Amino acid sequence: MREIDVRDITKIVARLCIESNYFATDDLVKATEESILKEESPAGRAALEKIRENQKIAAAEELAICQDTGVAVVFIEAGQDAHFIGGDLEQSIHEGVRQGYRDGYLRKSVVEDPLRRKNTGDNTPAVIHIRIVPGDKVKITIAPKGGGSENMSTVKMFAPSAGREGIIKFVVDWVKQAGANPCPPTVVGVGIGGTFEKVAMLAKMALLRPIGQPNPDPFYADMEKEILQKINALGIGPQGFGGRITSFAVHIETHPCHIASLPAAINMNCHVSRHQSFIL
Amino acid sequence: MSSIKRLSTPLTDEAVLSLKMGDDVLISGVIYTGRDAAHKRLFDILQAGGELPVDLRGQIIYYVGPAPAKPGHAIGPAGPTTSYRMDAYTPRLLEYGLKGMIGKGNRSHEVIEAIKKYKAVYFAAIGGAAALIAKSIHKAEVVAYDDLGPEAIRRLEVVDFPAVVINDCMGNDLYVEGERRFKL
Ligand code: SF4
Repeated sequence: MREIDVRDITKIVARLCIESNYFATDDLVKATEESILKEESPAGRAALEKIRENQKIAAAEELAICQDTGVAVVFIEAGQDAHFIGGDLEQSIHEGVRQGYRDGYLRKSVVEDPLRRKNTGDNTPAVIHIRIVPGDKVKITIAPKGGGSENMSTVKMFAPSAGREGIIKFVVDWVKQAGANPCPPTVVGVGIGGTFEKVAMLAKMALLRPIGQPNPDPFYADMEKEILQKINALGIGPQGFGGRITSFAVHIETHPCHIASLPAAINMNCHVSRHQSFIL
Repeated sequence: MSSIKRLSTPLTDEAVLSLKMGDDVLISGVIYTGRDAAHKRLFDILQAGGELPVDLRGQIIYYVGPAPAKPGHAIGPAGPTTSYRMDAYTPRLLEYGLKGMIGKGNRSHEVIEAIKKYKAVYFAAIGGAAALIAKSIHKAEVVAYDDLGPEAIRRLEVVDFPAVVINDCMGNDLYVEGERRFKL
């Protein structure tokens, strides 16, 4: 059995918190640059150029791309043959977040109670999702999530009769009413199926896919394309200034569901679509 | 649309009247930061007939909660936050004499009416362009509500701070008009 010291997890989490906030991933840079070429609206293009310029400044000067460095959402895929030693796994993750947000000069945006709202001062606790998988490796993914785009997310329990068209309309209408709030161009994560809690998770997981990589099932890949086309026909454009590129991509993730249900969820990501992974 | 205009603060009525939806502007001078918690306090003081801790007449409030500054920097990354959370407090501040707001995202009907009535302007800064925007901020100091941390009211000295006019005082709205123009 492979032993993994949780103190190593702390170090990796700290590093990923910083890197995900400073460095735009290659897929995001590519999506931004392609959009500059495609955008027809002068105001929209100017916004995209500033967004690209900002990515360059953040990377060169090692600064956060966006001041809202988010809640640290941490995904752990732990191999069932790995054995954690040296302390409490979840505590080691929180400690990594604490160190990363302190040492990286990242904003502390977490309150300790949803209604009494006192800032915890160190951006902990993280939101942690752990899954046990075959093997003896541990995959750690950090996806800091800002409030502006997270607030523009939703879950709805449809009757199965709503079907493909019902879901498409739900997503397009939702993106329309979100307007400029989630800092477009956005990445739209859509979950379909499962149960009430599962579908929200599917929408979140959809945001971890490289931007624009289609769903492997042609039926859903086609649906992603159709939704993206309809969203980009809305005219909202970069930053809501009017234009063609309202979203970079739509990603759908699905799961089997109950004969009586058709759950659907939308998790929006802004143009600062942050995530970094490391396999230990 | 899109002639770059230079503005300096405090904003005069004349400057406000010259601004049109879609104008690219570069703002220089002093602006103040404020988010939900600070707005609530300012609003409560005005409602109670008290004095604000900073004189905001003629001034611009920037809706921002910056990240901590690295050593040698005046401020950390500092992009706009979503404006609708300030909507409930904004008409009262405009009545008091606030002239400009910088944020992102659309405003309520009441805010847009108050912008017209009191001759004010709402700008958007590029959401998420926080490292770029921070370059235009040369000095930052907390002037009220230190206990609010990133949400404290700061006095910022800015040079060529980039923004776009969303709602001008004639009642135009770039979010509505831009979408209408590019809708297929
Ligand atoms: S929605 Fe994204 S880009 Fe916009 S302020 Fe929030 S984290 Fe930053």
